[in-house]
Amino acid sequence: MSFARIEDAAVRFGEKVVLENCSLEIKERAITCLIGLSGAGKSTILRLLNGLRRPDEGRVIVKGIDLTTLRGRDLIEFRRKIGFAFQFAALFDSLSVSDNVALPLREHTKMSNAEIDKIVTATLELVELETAKDRMPAELSGGMLKRAGFARAVVNNPELVLYDEPTTGLDPIITHVLTDTIVRLRKELGGTVVVVSHDLESIFAMADYIAMLFEGAIIEYGTVEEVRKSPNPIVQQFLTGSEVGPIPL
Amino acid sequence: MKVFDDLGRGTTGFLEYAGGVAALGGEAGSYIGRFSIRYREVFSQMALLGVQSTIIVLLTSLFTGMVVSFESAQQAVNFGVSNLVGGAVAYTESRELGPMLSAVVVAGRAGAAITAELGAMVVTEQVEALEALGLSPIRMLVVPRLLALVVMLPVLTIIADVVGIVGGASLAHTMAGIPYDTFVESVRQMSHYSDFVKGMVKAAVFGAIITLVACYQGLNTRGGAAGVGRATTGAVVNAIIMIFVANFVLSIVLFNAG
Repeated sequence: MSFARIEDAAVRFGEKVVLENCSLEIKERAITCLIGLSGAGKSTILRLLNGLRRPDEGRVIVKGIDLTTLRGRDLIEFRRKIGFAFQFAALFDSLSVSDNVALPLREHTKMSNAEIDKIVTATLELVELETAKDRMPAELSGGMLKRAGFARAVVNNPELVLYDEPTTGLDPIITHVLTDTIVRLRKELGGTVVVVSHDLESIFAMADYIAMLFEGAIIEYGTVEEVRKSPNPIVQQFLTGSEVGPIPL
Repeated sequence: MKVFDDLGRGTTGFLEYAGGVAALGGEAGSYIGRFSIRYREVFSQMALLGVQSTIIVLLTSLFTGMVVSFESAQQAVNFGVSNLVGGAVAYTESRELGPMLSAVVVAGRAGAAITAELGAMVVTEQVEALEALGLSPIRMLVVPRLLALVVMLPVLTIIADVVGIVGGASLAHTMAGIPYDTFVESVRQMSHYSDFVKGMVKAAVFGAIITLVACYQGLNTRGGAAGVGRATTGAVVNAIIMIFVANFVLSIVLFNAG
């Protein structure tokens, strides 16, 4: 069953075409991974799915609501149902880890401080960061920052969680830990997940479905096995990392 | 033709900028009108932007008050009107120097700090993260700073007025031998309570200008660390220019009306 879909979306930054006739379906309660070359528009797709970016053409429908018709406060309200873990975590420097994670609850709910503390502690335990709750973002390592970002993205139990490059620039052990964390969060909290990543090993470990973006459109979509066996030479060149093939260098 | 092109582009750019700042003010005002305000953050910003600017405002106004007094006292003694010096100092401090100097100093200190902080938040995706969490950056970031400076700049102005007059009195006494009671009597006779209130009104408007210009520049920062530097410089320069223009308009409106 479809949770969200992008229909014939086009996104342009001035003269540069990022997406053109791009269509994608996000299945409910599944982990969908988006792969593609750097600058292909993968992060733009994430921003379309939570309304941070409006397509120049086409529609973005999430849970039956056309995001392109939402404006101002309606869009802000809608985003509360969607968690977003940023590539560089984007934690607020002036707040501790626990205050960062608590922020959506403090601003969107009428919970008492004790209730919020309980949920924040439980969420930090889920990402194995409970010992760092009083530390400031500047005191965290790269992997800890990412996990704190994950905790903030899932703390209000969103129906859709978007992860932007969750493992980029980290060592293999931390990459493994973060991949496990995403799978565990999805298992324990439920919901639908979309991950943008270049890390094929991590993607194969967590994905239910993979979509490959190339030159502004989705050129392959399927389960891990289907994508691995894709006859499309562009997909094969990307998966093998070969310099030889149809992808222009 | 190039001159007209440049003129057209410059005019369009200015109108876009002014429109952007006005729209930001309108949206911030709509949150304030609905009392959708983070009060704790307002107090925190009052301390950061206002209280921490006290020393620099105090020093600036002290020395300016002393210079005004020094220049006028010597002339006044020569012409035998030393009983006017206190009034002259209080008049200029309350109407012009107090609000203007405080605003310029705060634009340099607090305005730059606001733009640099917001600019850094933009380039590290923290502002986008607020939006992703369903939080309005205007309510979270602009409204507390706007309220803080609109309240604190008039307070700083009163401090500047008092310190400037006290500095002026001490210098008039030391350098020109004008007795303190003559100086104080002159202040009483020539300045009016409403001058100080109107000076505070000016300061509140300047506080809004500084915050809105600084926030607008900060939230529209592009291009990494270099972009933050450019935005910060632009914010201070533009805020100071707008303060001078606003001061001219406010002086005519407030003091012409009696």
